[in-house]
Amino acid sequence: MNFWTNIVWPLVITVLLILAIVVPVLIGVAYLTLAERKVMAAMQLRVGPNLVGPFGLLQPFADAVKLMFKETVIPSGANRVVFVAAPMLTFMLSLVAWAVIPFDAGLVLADINVGILYLFAISSLGVYGIIMAGWASNSKYAFLGALRSAAQMVSYEVSIGFVMITVLLCVGSLNLSDIVLAQQGLWFCLPLFPMFIIFFISGLAETNRTPFDLPEGESELVAGFFVEYSSISFALFFLGEYGNMILMSAMTSVLFLGGWLPPFDMAPFTWLPGPVWFALKIAACLFVFLWVRATMPRYRYDQLMRLGWKVFLPFSLIWLVLTAGALVAFGWVPRTA
Amino acid sequence: MNVILQDYFPILVFIGIAAALSLVMVLASLVAAKQKPDSEKLSAYECGFDAFDDARRRFDVRFYLVAILFIIFDLEVAFLFPWAVALGDIGLFGFWSMMVFLGVLTVGFIYEWKKGALEWE
Repeated sequence: MNFWTNIVWPLVITVLLILAIVVPVLIGVAYLTLAERKVMAAMQLRVGPNLVGPFGLLQPFADAVKLMFKETVIPSGANRVVFVAAPMLTFMLSLVAWAVIPFDAGLVLADINVGILYLFAISSLGVYGIIMAGWASNSKYAFLGALRSAAQMVSYEVSIGFVMITVLLCVGSLNLSDIVLAQQGLWFCLPLFPMFIIFFISGLAETNRTPFDLPEGESELVAGFFVEYSSISFALFFLGEYGNMILMSAMTSVLFLGGWLPPFDMAPFTWLPGPVWFALKIAACLFVFLWVRATMPRYRYDQLMRLGWKVFLPFSLIWLVLTAGALVAFGWVPRTA
Repeated sequence: MNVILQDYFPILVFIGIAAALSLVMVLASLVAAKQKPDSEKLSAYECGFDAFDDARRRFDVRFYLVAILFIIFDLEVAFLFPWAVALGDIGLFGFWSMMVFLGVLTVGFIYEWKKGALEWE
């Protein structure tokens, strides 16, 4: 009896809750790929995929099924175990981070008090999947792509860290729900506007999106670190990458756009429930991701490194010191205890 | 102990489910798709001809440099996390201690900038 009430029942509920997060995220990923093609098509005056289902709405599922039934090619020179494990790791990490994202007041799977540290750790681990893939493939393009990607992600992670700490200074807590609640009345994207921009651009670099898609660089590295991947392993990388985009948008929403909070605490805005506002903010961020992809040319590698180390790093460090100084000087520092 | 377990138990289950999900997808594809490997298909891709040699060769030392710089600055960020949360309780002394620390790091940063460690020409 004790066994059932103490272990099995909580486990079942936890599993159901996790599925309630994973399934919408995966559907979101599927439709993000369709949205990307549709939005880019519209920006280039094309129609985009429109044959599979009404308005092409079944296209993502057709793609998934196609990839599922493709042969899994493992190159003869590859380290087989690492080669297969790399996309699985990438996919896992892009899902696991969602455990701490608050969807509404109290609506969060694991309300841990170091939520943002957990997110930072998980997004740092993302580089392992790429390094493993590039090394295990034993292919020159994959190797170069992985090196570039690792150096790029690592460079922009530093400024992401500084931006997060600036937000923490204004909140005084590592808990993501506290971060959202601290933005009641004023979203952090207004007082910390430069940091908001830096965070978003670093997010683009962190997810290897266009202006910073050198790791893939179709025209020079074919596909970068996943040249050798086929079938479902390729699909897992793809899912992981788009999952990371949604996650990055969710982090932007939580840190700067007030998470589930409506823009004004007044009648017409409070009619929509919190999760809907959260989803709308994520969708808005994602649209900017796609917009940037359709607009910007790719950076050169030295430009990318210069932007990360010589512009973003000093600037975010100075802004961090300024924020801390202002908070201390005016006695605005939030007290935790 | 029990509180920590309660907080982190869902994350542990989540990791398990995510791992199981990816494993099931890979295995399902292995079973569902017809596997017909041959030596040409299994050779590493290199613009149409056979791979010349092993891909794991020397690469630019600047990647190492970036990694080392990253470790320094990421440690700095790790130091800043507890400081940022506790700033309200440690007062002016805590604030100025961190400023001195950041100042020392900034001197190092300027040095490496002047030395050309951040150049990618």
